[in-house]
Parts: sequence; structure tokens; C-alpha cells
Amino acid sequence: MSTRDAVLDPANYAEGTLLDLAGPLIDGPILLDEIVPARAPWSAVVSHGDILTIVDVGGNQSGDCLLYNAHDTAERYSVPDTIAWSGNVYVRTGTVLRSNEGNPLATVVANEIDRQDTIGGACGKESNTLRYGHHTAAEHGCRENFLAAAAKYGMGARDIVSNLNWFMNVPVEADGALGIVDGISGPGKRVAFRAEMDILVLVSNCPQMNNPCNGFNPTPLRMIVTAGAA
Amino acid sequence: MATAASERETDTVALARADARAQGGRVADAMPYLPASSTPYPPPGVEPSALTWAETVAGGNYTHKVVARGTRIRLEDVAGQACAHVLLHNALEPWERLNVADTVKIGWQAYLTTGHPLLSGDGRVLATIVSDDSGQHDALCGTSTAAASRAKYGDSAPQGPSPSGRELLVVAAAKHGLAPRDLPPSVSFFKGVRVQPDGGLEFTGSAGPGKTVELLAELPLIILIANVPHPVDPSPVYTCGPLRVHAWRSMPTTTGDPGRVVTPEALRAYLNTADYLAARGL
Repeated sequence: MSTRDAVLDPANYAEGTLLDLAGPLIDGPILLDEIVPARAPWSAVVSHGDILTIVDVGGNQSGDCLLYNAHDTAERYSVPDTIAWSGNVYVRTGTVLRSNEGNPLATVVANEIDRQDTIGGACGKESNTLRYGHHTAAEHGCRENFLAAAAKYGMGARDIVSNLNWFMNVPVEADGALGIVDGISGPGKRVAFRAEMDILVLVSNCPQMNNPCNGFNPTPLRMIVTAGAA
Repeated sequence: MATAASERETDTVALARADARAQGGRVADAMPYLPASSTPYPPPGVEPSALTWAETVAGGNYTHKVVARGTRIRLEDVAGQACAHVLLHNALEPWERLNVADTVKIGWQAYLTTGHPLLSGDGRVLATIVSDDSGQHDALCGTSTAAASRAKYGDSAPQGPSPSGRELLVVAAAKHGLAPRDLPPSVSFFKGVRVQPDGGLEFTGSAGPGKTVELLAELPLIILIANVPHPVDPSPVYTCGPLRVHAWRSMPTTTGDPGRVVTPEALRAYLNTADYLAARGL
């Protein structure tokens, strides 16, 4: 069995796992089509105007995501600028994903779940010790995936900031209580965003096993880049 | 106060030196007070000789300081019109810095007030909010950018009438060897934002003049503060009042402090901080 076949074999996940590869959310010539195995990092440059569809193949799989100006990575995704400009803490169709300079990096052009998260941040070895206890220190985390992916581009800890979490659900209650709760996605659900400049995309297919951000069952993601309208 | 150039006699070194020296000792509305014990506004109950930082920061300006672990930093919104955008870096390893997402997520709470640890992304506490009589703060919207300030006020430059927070923080950071990529999202004090059920933002503004918030440094910190309007302040006019800063020597939080360490997450955060300091011999 090939690696890809193994990654896409439901028998390798929790009992009852359904895997739906779906397809591009916005039609167009396919430029890149890759499967991110459970727990793994992924990165690619998406050119200005092209569209990245992310498929939640197994359902409720958090895809932690950072974006950078591909030509000057000091300009990068900014949670607060995205929130302040949009006037909303949730990411939905039409949300402009902004940089720390306030510039549009990408725009969400289609989205198949009610809302996407950008306030929950990433997990990591160190933060897991606070959240769940020091017995979790050996577990792999998104911070580790981000650092490994960033290193390929000459970036390091200084370049990792608070991120997007595709398919993760973080409600903010009236008194300010917030936290990661059961997901509202499902197998084959998708989100798509259009690059508003050439962007470097880092994704951590979240390996967290101590909260419901993966339904306690990490599964693959499918990344499809389609060419935008000329 | 502008002085007509013709009134100044500065055409020789001696005259220029005399002119420069004649300026010493003047007082401005916004200025640092040195030594800090000489502050005209000593915080109640604080021995002036313990003060290590005393300053009034004008609206549209910034300040920064390296402070020791155990320093208590008091911010006062003098006129009810300040907004203190704060970044914290571990002075020993500045790639360890404020992580707003971890701060709200691990605290299970979006709205900052007394008792909330301000966390780094390395599982440690940089500072603790130890006092707050405002309750109007924000950890979601960050500070203003050049693009946002130009769109809203027509200008954003540090030398102009409506500086953006990010441009001020970039300059403040550079004075500590930090580059733009060292600047993560910031938190802000004295202007509140609340999240509506649909995720929309409600700007709740100021709690009024004279409100204070106090931070306790749990590690040696580089603290950067820009005092600029909140990014979602609906006013089209750039309004930002003075921010007063005082800091003094105090004691850091210990893991055995039952009044301060009230959640299991906080306990482990302070344990991690103590572990780091012990290994470094601090």
C-alpha cells in the first residue's frame, strides 16, 4: 500500500471515520493538489489571484494556518488586524485576511461551515503543559509543525504569531469565556481563499489529542490550488 | 511653544551651547521624571525611593523600558482618554514574547482584568495583571497600523498628528535591537471591546479618568507601550490623552500565592516560569 493510500485508508483512523476528498470549492485549472497527512506540516506559495481550497477530509480537523507576504515575510498574517478591520472575531465568506501592516493577504471566497476560528491560536509542547499538565510535554504540537515548516524558508520563532484555525470552533460567550469546543465541520467540508498578493502559506495539520479540535481523531487535509480567473 | 528663530542667538558654539543649556530644567506636560523618586505624582502607598520608572506619555507617543523581575508597573489613564498598547518580551531571550492567543485561550477568558496572567508562547508568565479598576481592556484588536490610521485620520506617521500604534512600536522595539518581525499582536488597556453573539465587536470605550491597571513583571522584561487611539474607536477624530507610568520594586508571584494563583493553568504557568529562572540561576 502506498503512503498516500495508507493516509486515505479509513481503517487507519478511529472506528467509523469517513474520509471525503471532495474537490476544489471554486472551479479552475488545478495547479497543486496535495494531501497533508494527519499531524504533519505543509507549506506552499500561492500566487496572487490563485485560490487555495482546504478540504476537511475526515471532518472537524483543525488546520492551523499562517500566511506571509512571499516576498517579505516580516509582513505576515495578523489576527488583530483581521478582526479590527472586519469588525468580527469569526472568519466567514468575505473576511479579508490582513497582515500586520493592515494589507489584504487573502480573502475568504467560499466557506462551508458557519464560522472559522482565528482567536484560538496554536497548540505546542510548552502550552500543552499549562493546559493539560506536564505529562503531555512529549506530545507533538502545531507550534512544532510551524517551526519546522518555517525553517524551510529561513524563518524561526520570531516569525510565528497567532494564527487561523480552519475547521476549529471557539465560541466567545457573553462574559468573555472562550474555549475550543466540539467542531461544526464534517467530512468533505471546505474553505477557500484567494491570494491578494503572492503569499507563503504554512499549515499545521493539528496533532492535538487533549481537546476536541480534531474530534480526538487527527485526519488528513487536502490542499488544492486553482488558478484564479485571468 | 515656538520661539521665533530670530530671538535665538546661536551663531557660535559658545552661544549655541548657552542656548542649549538654558533649556534644562523646564517642565513639559508629558515627560519622564528623573530620578523616578522625584515624580510629581507618586502612587499612593508607594515609597518614592522604591520607584524605578516615572513618566507621563503624551497621546500619540510611546515609551519603553527594560524592567527587572518583580517590578510592579502602574499605568494610569489620567484624563480617561489614554489607550496603552503594550508588548512584553523576555529581556533575556526576546524571541519569547507576549502571545495573546495563548493568554486568552489558556485563561479561558477573552476579557483581561485582575488575576489574568499575560503569557508568552513558551508556556510561561511574562507579567500578571495584579490590579485593575477600569475593566475596559482589549486582547482581540491589537493596535493601529499605518494603513488603518491613514484610512481613518488621513495620516499615520510618528512625526504627524495621528501616529499609528504599530509605527511607534516599531521604533520603540528598534531601540532594543528588535525588528518588525519581533512584534506580535499587542494588548491594550483603558478602552474596552466586547464580543456580540454573532462575533461582532462592540466598542465599550473608557471607564473614565484616573483609572489604573498594574502589571507585575514575572520575568526580566522589555516593555513597549504606544499610547494611541484604539483601532476600533468609532471617533473619526484622533483623540488620545496622557498616560502615566510608574514602576517600583516589588515581589514576583510565587506558586504558593493562593491569592494570585487560582487556576490549574496559572499554577503550571508559574511553575514553568520558576523552573526557567532556577535553571538560569536567577
